[in-house]
Amino acid sequence: MGDHSHGPAKGLSRWLFTTNHKDIGTMYLWFSFAMFILGGAFAMIIRAELFQPGMQLVEPGFFNQMTTLHGLVMVFGAIMPSFVGLANWMIPMMIGAPDMALPRMNNWSFWILPPGFLMLASTLFMEGGAPAFGWTFYAPLSTTYAAPSVTFFIFAIHALGISSIMGSINIIATVMNMRAPGMTYMKMPLFVWTWLITAFLLVAVMPVLAGAVTMMLMDIHFGTSFFSAAGGGDPVLFQHIFWFFGHPEVYIIILPAFGVVSQIIPAFSRKPLFGYASMVYATAAIAFLSFIVWAHHMYTVGMPVAGELFFMYATMLIAVPTGVKVFNWVTTMWQGALSFETPMLFSIGFLVLFTIGGFTGLMLSIAPADFQYHDTYFVVAHFHYVMVAGAVFSMTAAVYYWLPKWTGKMYNESMGKIHFWISFVGFNIAFFPQHFVGLAGMPRRIPDYALQFADFNMMSSIGAFIYGASQILFLYNVVATIVGGKTVSDEKVWDGAEGLEWTVATPAPYHTFEVPPKIDPAHAHS
Amino acid sequence: MSFKKIVQAVASATLALASNFTAAQENQLNMARGVTELGSEIYDLHMLILWICVVIGLVVFGVMFYSIIFHRKSKGYKPANFHESTKVEIAWTVVPFLILIGMAVPATSTLLEVYNSDDAEIDILVTGYQWKWKYEYLDEDGENISFFSNLSTPQSEIYNTQEKNPNYLLEVDEPVVIPVNTKVRFLLTANDVIHSWWMPELGVKKDAIPGFINEAWTIVPQEGVYRGQCTELCGAYHGFMPVVVHAVSQAEYDEWLSAKRADAEAQVAMASMDLSLDDLMSKGESIYSGQCVACHGANGEGGVGKPIAGSAIVLGDLTKHLGVTTKGVPGTAMQAFGSQLSDVDIAAVVTYQRNAFGNNTGDIVQPSDVVSYKNG
Amino acid sequence: MSTSQTQPAGYEKYHVPESSSLAIRATIGLVGSVFGGGLVLNNMTFGSGDAGAAKWVLTIGLIIFVATLASWFRTTIRENLQGINSGQLKHSYVLGMFWFIFSEVMFFAAFFGALFYVRTLAGPWLAGEGEAGRMNELLWPGFEFTWPPMITPQEAVGGTDVQPIANNGTFTTQGQSMSFAEASAWYAWLPLWNTLILLSSSFTVHVAHTGLLAGNRSKFNLWLGISVALGMIFVALQALEYYEAYAHFGLTLNSGIYGSTFFMLTGFHGFHVFMGMTMLLIQLIRSLKAKHFTASDHFGFEASSWYWHFVDVVWVFLFLFVYIL
Ligand code: HEA
Ligand code: HEA
Ligand code: HEC
Ligand code: CUA
Ligand SMILES: [Cu+2]
Repeated sequence: MGDHSHGPAKGLSRWLFTTNHKDIGTMYLWFSFAMFILGGAFAMIIRAELFQPGMQLVEPGFFNQMTTLHGLVMVFGAIMPSFVGLANWMIPMMIGAPDMALPRMNNWSFWILPPGFLMLASTLFMEGGAPAFGWTFYAPLSTTYAAPSVTFFIFAIHALGISSIMGSINIIATVMNMRAPGMTYMKMPLFVWTWLITAFLLVAVMPVLAGAVTMMLMDIHFGTSFFSAAGGGDPVLFQHIFWFFGHPEVYIIILPAFGVVSQIIPAFSRKPLFGYASMVYATAAIAFLSFIVWAHHMYTVGMPVAGELFFMYATMLIAVPTGVKVFNWVTTMWQGALSFETPMLFSIGFLVLFTIGGFTGLMLSIAPADFQYHDTYFVVAHFHYVMVAGAVFSMTAAVYYWLPKWTGKMYNESMGKIHFWISFVGFNIAFFPQHFVGLAGMPRRIPDYALQFADFNMMSSIGAFIYGASQILFLYNVVATIVGGKTVSDEKVWDGAEGLEWTVATPAPYHTFEVPPKIDPAHAHS
Repeated sequence: MSFKKIVQAVASATLALASNFTAAQENQLNMARGVTELGSEIYDLHMLILWICVVIGLVVFGVMFYSIIFHRKSKGYKPANFHESTKVEIAWTVVPFLILIGMAVPATSTLLEVYNSDDAEIDILVTGYQWKWKYEYLDEDGENISFFSNLSTPQSEIYNTQEKNPNYLLEVDEPVVIPVNTKVRFLLTANDVIHSWWMPELGVKKDAIPGFINEAWTIVPQEGVYRGQCTELCGAYHGFMPVVVHAVSQAEYDEWLSAKRADAEAQVAMASMDLSLDDLMSKGESIYSGQCVACHGANGEGGVGKPIAGSAIVLGDLTKHLGVTTKGVPGTAMQAFGSQLSDVDIAAVVTYQRNAFGNNTGDIVQPSDVVSYKNG
Repeated sequence: MSTSQTQPAGYEKYHVPESSSLAIRATIGLVGSVFGGGLVLNNMTFGSGDAGAAKWVLTIGLIIFVATLASWFRTTIRENLQGINSGQLKHSYVLGMFWFIFSEVMFFAAFFGALFYVRTLAGPWLAGEGEAGRMNELLWPGFEFTWPPMITPQEAVGGTDVQPIANNGTFTTQGQSMSFAEASAWYAWLPLWNTLILLSSSFTVHVAHTGLLAGNRSKFNLWLGISVALGMIFVALQALEYYEAYAHFGLTLNSGIYGSTFFMLTGFHGFHVFMGMTMLLIQLIRSLKAKHFTASDHFGFEASSWYWHFVDVVWVFLFLFVYIL
């Protein structure tokens, strides 16, 4: 151990033993992409089976396993780790810190994930098959009526929870403790702010999820009756606990995405972010509200009407701070000098499609209307608009935006643009018709459907294949950049980009800010 | 899948976009208005929010696309440098808030109506089972009638060996029958996992939760057959659990009710009779194909359940066979049919299993055997 | 934005450890433990797999896990003794511990939430009260709700044979309530003693801390020792209480929702007391054997004592909501 500057170790041990935030970030990013492919493969099976009415490819039980694993792998394996990876790479560079606050624990947070998901995936090969009760795993379908593999599912959730909690504690400690002198809270880039708040949400709700699965474990193996009326419990109790976690979880997914576009839109508008302070407050307001709206997923469980009204009003309120964000982004673009490189295209795609997804979210929040929407493809359309066009698009934008800084190489811009347009079109063909079939009455989580839904489902499947295939382009572009992209050496890769990360060399050296940078007190946030 | 069919699909979808909104037919784009008052109130609410969102969306995207088109660097546009205004922040906090209040008012009144299930004239206890519905008409005199409602779409249509009929997956062997213009209250519960009873055109969706009872109600103004589905993931065959409501005139309803009562009495009478092998076999076959086929297969080959053809239990001791059938196998999908089927039905289906699919035992099981088995 | 790479005055270098195998070892231990645990449980409930092999996986996993944690802490302690840790780094540890405890609070919140929900909402509904449950008598005729519930809905209707609906197993009923029943027998009521014990241990830990701050090592050792001893007594009494519950009160994990909430809340709390006690014990050994801790630098002890206070506060809530109210 010494003070000398050093590069990465060689070989596998570099990755296994690393304490470097950039290495760990890289591992998170690749891991999450692998999970995206896995979750995407499950989605392709779903869409292939739904291509036409009738059972063609898989059995109903297996279809449910695909739905369940698709949801779980995408949420816990693809989206969350991808943003954690981004946080690892960018937060220390954005606040002028030498590394994350607790580097060894950082490595541990990552390394729990691969075996955790291996355990989850291994349930596919167990007797009775993988979990088949949806990513929301409602009891008692997930307890008394589940296959034995549910035990491993539960422990996998525990492991992922531990990883997330440690990861977020690390982020909180980093942001609160590692800012360079002069980097006050209200000077932090918005991506850092959104992650700080996200990390707080994670620390607050992952333990609750752990509690929920622990109760399941006890009901299954030790005869407790949390979720059984016969013993005085209630299956709906499970839903309350799950959604107390689950609703904040969806903002855990989207807040870092908000952060990303809040960096990118100003950069390509060549104009500072409009309403920085109100963006911060809006993020905090969304996080606060996210704790008191969970039962909007449960309008049909037969809550007393007072509860129903409370959750409806609270949920509707979220449109206000989210609207503030949307308006601020649009105003940032207003009278800017816009250019449309791939990161900006994906950010604009995000802005349009996320807002549409937000609108359908608002429709869902209206309890009496939700009686018709609930558990139909309208909901599926809603959450893919916010999660795929929201989180995944913004993640894609982030990769294009910072890839030159990470690698010192420029990606192929025209291929990036093609990737965007195919993604955008494919995505909409895949998920827009789902609004129609949902409104027309097609329930979700079914392997087969009535004939009147046939055409739109076929369309949706075709769109899904297009969207999925366009990701090959993405993968190719990224790999080609790393292997043989055109070298960039400007510190500031994008002329409009602001922030400390653009002050270090390109590619970013293995260790940055071993000595804290000086922050210009006159300069506003970035 | 031929290219032609794909083109057709895309074309018809585009066409549907242009066609009118309300028709409940292929490529329906929007929520059905529904036939009940509640249903159309929900529909109006839905349209109201939808249009508000569309308008807000047009404004927001309008502004955005204006800058995308006119404020381009490539056109030499010079960026402004404003980045803050408390006034506009307040404005776009307050205005959406007011719009939300505008939505909340009608939403609240509709919600209160949904919850008002008082003064119903008919109470029907609806119990979800994996994967069928049981309807029980609660009668003050205790003369409840009850029956199960199973998917009636044949496996051959599901597995694409036969042309699918227009009501594919939305048809049952016995629909629930209710009179028009009468307030009917549905009391929903479940026997195993959570199900959800959805009738889109009546504007009713409510979860059926094991151990608890939820309420929903409807007044159907118009005779007709209404179709819906289970909307809570309830296991492998969740997609095969339709709900069909038959709304009829009061006279027809009374007639149906008394026929049902007579039927129930006949069942009771039959329980003490000796039936012939043929009678048992034909009755057994219909019960098998209604109740058992989903898990045990059309040829007794098994699936979710174990094979019936050549099963040691089916070929062996009758007591065990009756035991499995009436009490189920705890911890598996095999349910206790003792409380779901009448003694006659059990006798018939057991006889059938013992003589079909090459299980030629020649055994005849009479309802009285079932009764004496049940009495120990 | 302008930056410069010159060293600001008063800046201490933040120590970023070089690569380390701790994380990988801890992962192997953790995943081995949970995978082994899964095998053991599934063998127990579903009779699947080989019980012997399952136990081995679990045991080896746990050993690796605990050993790794031990060497992890040893490493950090050594780094601190070598003076590598800057004040800023120490503050990271403080933050880490604080947010870790916060996450623990939320874990307990889930179980308290479950308790409140069944007590105030689900239980009365099952007995047919309220808007949401008014028809529930159809399912559970004769079930009346009290807290603690002295009968389960299943038993109220005559057991699984009579009413198979919503059955999730057989739930027996407790014979007797664990809550405060007779004032005359207060002195024999274990939870009260446990409360006193835990509260005073919180106090003794505080006294130990004052000793440390005053540079009085023997005072520190003495009071810390007393705290650990109190913790041990608490755990022992808790074990005794469980024995009583099973042997005399008929209260088990199978006793419907009361047994479920009772054992899960007190059980997890007991486990946390055990953890906290172990942490304090390790600090005591460090102080006795290695003369660790100075008046200004004793984070290991401080973190353990925070944890101890947290466990104590949880108990106060438990005592209130599980035993008294
Ligand atoms: C990234 C994830 C994400 C995000 C950001 C959101 C955002 C929102 N969601 Fe969504 N939601 C999910 C992920 C997400 N959701 C998932 C995964 C499910 C399904 C889970 C499952 O069952 O499997 C779900 C389901 C779901 C339901 C339950 C549906 C059902 O099962 O019946 C509801 C109901 O209220 C809901 C509401 C909302 C609302 C009100 C928002 C709001 O935050 C949206 C706010 C945004 C806007 C409104 C647009 C921008 C605002 C303006 C331009 C201002 C002006 C606007 C107005 C005044 C109208 N969501
Ligand atoms: C952030 C999370 C996320 C993401 C990114 C996605 C992505 C996709 N989802 Fe998502 N989905 C969920 C979260 C997500 N989903 C959740 C939570 C549910 C609910 C689960 C439940 O009900 O329990 C769900 C449910 C769900 C359903 C409903 C299933 C049902 O109700 O039975 C469907 C159906 O169309 C679907 C489709 C898709 C498709 C086509 C994609 C596509 O975007 C995927 C595209 C990606 C790829 C295809 C992989 C990358 C591709 C390559 C590297 C190239 C190779 C591929 C080809 C050649 C095709 N999803
Ligand atoms: C929801 C699925 C399902 C339905 C419907 C179903 N069964 Fe079963 N059945 C099963 C399962 C699963 C098993 C295997 C239980 C086990 O693991 O021992 C089984 C086993 C049996 C067996 C014992 C077979 C053997 O060899 O062990 C008999 C007999 C039987 N069922 C009869 C019936 C009858 C009669 C009906 C209809 C009235 C029926 N089942 C409907 C799921 C079902
Ligand atoms: Cu029953 Cu889904
Ligand atoms: Cu939500």
